[in-house]
Amino acid sequence: MQQIIISGFGGQGILSMGRLLATGGLHEGHNVSWLPSYGPEMRGGTANCHVIISNEEIGSPIISCPNALIVMNQPSLDKFENMVEENGIIIMDSALVPIKPKRKDVRSFSLPATEKAYEMGHPAFAGVILLGKFIAETGIISPQSFEEALRTVLSPSKHTLIPDEMKALEFGMSY
Amino acid sequence: MGKRILMKGNEVIAEAALRAGCRHFFGYPITPQTEISHYMAKKMEEIGGVFLQAESEVAAINMVYGAASAGVRVMTSSSSPGISLKQEGISYSACAELPMVIVDIVRCGPGLGGILPAQCDYFQVVKGGGHGDYNLIVLAPASVQELYELTVEAFNLADRYRNPVVILGDGYLGQMMEAVEFRDEEPIEKANKDWATTGHGGKRTHNVTTSIYIDPNVLEAHNRKLQEKYRVIKEKETRAEVFNCDGADVVVVAYGTVARVVKNVIKDAEKKGIKVGLIRPITLWPFPTEVFDKYATVPKGFLTVEMSAGQMVEDVRLALNGRNRVEFHGRMGGNVPTQKDILEIVCQMADGQ
Repeated sequence: MQQIIISGFGGQGILSMGRLLATGGLHEGHNVSWLPSYGPEMRGGTANCHVIISNEEIGSPIISCPNALIVMNQPSLDKFENMVEENGIIIMDSALVPIKPKRKDVRSFSLPATEKAYEMGHPAFAGVILLGKFIAETGIISPQSFEEALRTVLSPSKHTLIPDEMKALEFGMSY
Repeated sequence: MGKRILMKGNEVIAEAALRAGCRHFFGYPITPQTEISHYMAKKMEEIGGVFLQAESEVAAINMVYGAASAGVRVMTSSSSPGISLKQEGISYSACAELPMVIVDIVRCGPGLGGILPAQCDYFQVVKGGGHGDYNLIVLAPASVQELYELTVEAFNLADRYRNPVVILGDGYLGQMMEAVEFRDEEPIEKANKDWATTGHGGKRTHNVTTSIYIDPNVLEAHNRKLQEKYRVIKEKETRAEVFNCDGADVVVVAYGTVARVVKNVIKDAEKKGIKVGLIRPITLWPFPTEVFDKYATVPKGFLTVEMSAGQMVEDVRLALNGRNRVEFHGRMGGNVPTQKDILEIVCQMADGQ
């Protein structure tokens, strides 16, 4: 069972990243849940979502002990770092999370996602790059299922971006 | 059954209503249930139904009264303070025996409160927030799939008993996404609505839906008829999920999202050698009292967990009627009881504390 918390600023596509993972998991035949933060703190503040991908029935959709944390700002790392399970993984954007995790009992990865996304001409791809690293480390969904998820989640007018999104994913996977 | 698709709880409620034949929706937006209105606004136009955003909750519930009187399947949805505003119309509808489905995606209160999940509307919805001796059928789903199935069922129950039915959920259920699998065809029960005010061109005496009875004996007789109906509903429509209760040391009682947290606690407790059962009422009214008889003597007692200061726990105590201890753990203000806290209490109880 993968229990993932994704967190960052509102507007970075945090909730969509979660939807992509959940949709990919569903495509692979897993049970999935996606729980967004929907409180007033979202307006211009932090946004996060809890995603569970499991072969068993999903009990609580609320994650108290994530085995993966993907963060796109410093406050999110500060808030969730201590919750991560021992031997869990933390994936972060190096430009947005300058102060690294204090925990030594987790595996952490810092990727120049925003930098690479700008280079690709699509700043919004930063999240996909981080998801690439997550997929490579956990193997929970295949790149094919991720591509399927892009097709499901993105509006048809954005489907032309999918080949580039997959390049971003591959960058993250092989980083 | 079709393909499993990922959908938001609120949208599933709206889709389920449409599948159940609801073509009339009257509402007023309020977080955390506004997606129901969004979905209805978009879809009703496509299928030739009526979506109307009323000027207020009071107007919306009275439009529902009108549509239900005309015999059509109708729904409204709101959230705690909005449901408070609808109470007068709900009481009138219960008295006039009008089938309708009302959704309450509860926010934390009292007052304007906050938009985070809560279960503090139990008293208001289950015990009748409006005036008079009446009951609503109250369904409490715990997953997105169940939101779908129980919403379809709500329309059948409303028609079968000529009674308002409430779907009571918390903000997490409304906002979360899970897989849902829709049936190819819905089990829609056709009800005889010869009481409906459908127009008759002078061919019969006219039908009236009313809640005014000036003659005390006539009103008492109507009340007795309602009470008899409620008795039948209690007998036939009580539902609960009973999980892991046989041989349990402690039984936890919880509904909605909290019941799912408890399912995690059950696994944690098992690792510590403690067997925890769960009774999850699916109908909050009628409350599944009989289920408690079988487990009344569970060795270490009952624990009720709610996102409230303790509301359903009163019904648990009534159901057990002094036969066992009933402890309570609740969080308020939009906080959800944590797995860790519930586990700690369960362990203490199992330890004889």
